[in-house]
Amino acid sequence: MSDALLEVQGLTVMSGRGSVVEDVGFAVAQGQVLGLVGESGSGKTVTCRAVIGLLPSGSLAITAGSVRLRGQELVGLDALAMGRVRGRRIGMIFQNPSSHLDPVMRIGDQIGLAVRHHLGLSRREARAHGIELLRQVGIPDPAARIDNYPHELSGGMRQRAMIATALACDPQLVIADEPTTALDVTIQAQILRLLLDLRDKRGLAILIITHDLGVVAQTCDRIAVMYAGRIAEQGDKRRVLSSPHHPYTAALIRCQPASGGGQGLLPTIPGQPPLVGAMPPGCRFHPRCSRAQPRCREVVPPLEAKGDGREAACLYPIEAPVLEFGR
Amino acid sequence: MHRFRFVLWRPLQLLPVLFGISVITFVLIRSIPGDPARLLLGTRATPTALAKIRAQYGLDEPLWTQYLYFLQNLSQGEMGRSIVFKIGVLDLMANRILPTVLLVVGSVILSLLITVPLASLAARNRGRTVDHAIRLVSTAGLGLPAFWLGIMLIILLSVNLGLFPVAGFGDTWLDRLHHMVLPCLTVALALSAVLTRNLRASMIAEMASDQATAARARGLPERVIFRRHVLPNSLVPTINLLAVNIGWLIGGSVVVETVFSLPGLGQLLVRGIFARDYMVVQAIAMAFAVATVLINFLADVLTVAIDPRIRL
Repeated sequence: MSDALLEVQGLTVMSGRGSVVEDVGFAVAQGQVLGLVGESGSGKTVTCRAVIGLLPSGSLAITAGSVRLRGQELVGLDALAMGRVRGRRIGMIFQNPSSHLDPVMRIGDQIGLAVRHHLGLSRREARAHGIELLRQVGIPDPAARIDNYPHELSGGMRQRAMIATALACDPQLVIADEPTTALDVTIQAQILRLLLDLRDKRGLAILIITHDLGVVAQTCDRIAVMYAGRIAEQGDKRRVLSSPHHPYTAALIRCQPASGGGQGLLPTIPGQPPLVGAMPPGCRFHPRCSRAQPRCREVVPPLEAKGDGREAACLYPIEAPVLEFGR
Repeated sequence: MHRFRFVLWRPLQLLPVLFGISVITFVLIRSIPGDPARLLLGTRATPTALAKIRAQYGLDEPLWTQYLYFLQNLSQGEMGRSIVFKIGVLDLMANRILPTVLLVVGSVILSLLITVPLASLAARNRGRTVDHAIRLVSTAGLGLPAFWLGIMLIILLSVNLGLFPVAGFGDTWLDRLHHMVLPCLTVALALSAVLTRNLRASMIAEMASDQATAARARGLPERVIFRRHVLPNSLVPTINLLAVNIGWLIGGSVVVETVFSLPGLGQLLVRGIFARDYMVVQAIAMAFAVATVLINFLADVLTVAIDPRIRL
């Protein structure tokens, strides 16, 4: 994948107790939407923070691997150079617009600070630019809204404003960390549609971090499933969701309300995801896996190509399509 | 600007506060043993002379009648006459108010000038030597009494280095400001000790906040994030702490004015208490109460101006 806009290879992030993210690799091409899926604690948020260089200093550090943006290595860049990448070439949308927007600063100034810094616009130009951005993200009456404080906007409008701050300097890649989790369902769909619109209009590459397969089904082109800091499976969204190779992916899909037919209790995956520093030997999923064999306890399954552009890290992958998803 | 609407009705809240203060000070000063007439005329005064003084100031009337007189005077903008100085209390206070106002305003400004840079420095260098040094000094500052600090400053800066006058107030404005530096510094240092720790803590919390992370994700340099995002957000709790401490500051002016021989209200209050000059003590206590309430009101206005979410 040499035409990839973002290429992550062998990324490993260590905390004091052990690896939080291990040997993670994926790629996003221009105009593509990649969904990074996993439970809480699977390392998906840490992965995207590592990409944008915002790991909490002191507690987490990248120990191996590379992150390339259009071929430029980002791991090991100094603060100044990384500052020119963040906001300028990679925009970030956070989960909770209420806490990630400055409550005491007008929306226009939050957009304005970034464009004045990165693009060198004047105050007046930055304001015009901000109004245009707010219009593009579908905020009605943008010329008035630009002077609002975040608390004066509704949750959905706030998330649109956050998207505007992320897009302010026309980045090539947008990382959206659970962009719809804090929103109610009707707004979720609008925000996802907005992201896809922006992808189409601007040729953005989007990396969506989510635990919600519904979000993935609606938006992504490709999907990478993470479990306990490693990639379990990745590939084309339709293929992965319709015939998962990895038992974990299959189990995740079974846990979706839609696949239960709306009757009876939803199935769950027994047990808990392992904690950092207490990872099981071999395949990290084997204690919870219904298909586990003795060898799964000893051998770490490599992420192997399974044909049709898919990769899975399982010694005994599911070969036949077992279920359908997303009717 | 509807969020500033409270400015209109908030002053009305002052009335019950003033009423309470008037009752308390009225009763308290009169329950201290000692007779103003006796203190004024000395131990060998004749009973007739004493009675005359008491009658002149209405001290022979029942307590509640005296209080009604006091309220009546107050409603006419009068505070009575000083027993000791033999002039109207308001005139007396007018002569004494300038040093106290300068002391309070100067101390607040100076304490902010000390607090904001020190707290910023400590917060941005968290865990390093600078941070430890600033925290150590401010902790030490918490334990030092203002009068001791004042005396030490006098010894160091006035007596040894001759930079500032030892005491007194001066005649020209420039001279007065020169005289005010040490008293203000004394109060400001004590105040900064409290404020710096508070501001540093809220700055550190703000630096780790989601919105600061989001600002970093926008690629803003750390100094811009600090100035535009961290500082405004962390100032609000500190301003409120400052407002709470103003009451303490005004009370502390009594000590500082005594140490520096400043002819201000605090010093007048002390003399009034010793002479059982009821009218003076009442009036100054009321003035201090009004000032405290007004300053808190001002802090509220400032808080609302900084944080648009706050509704009062």
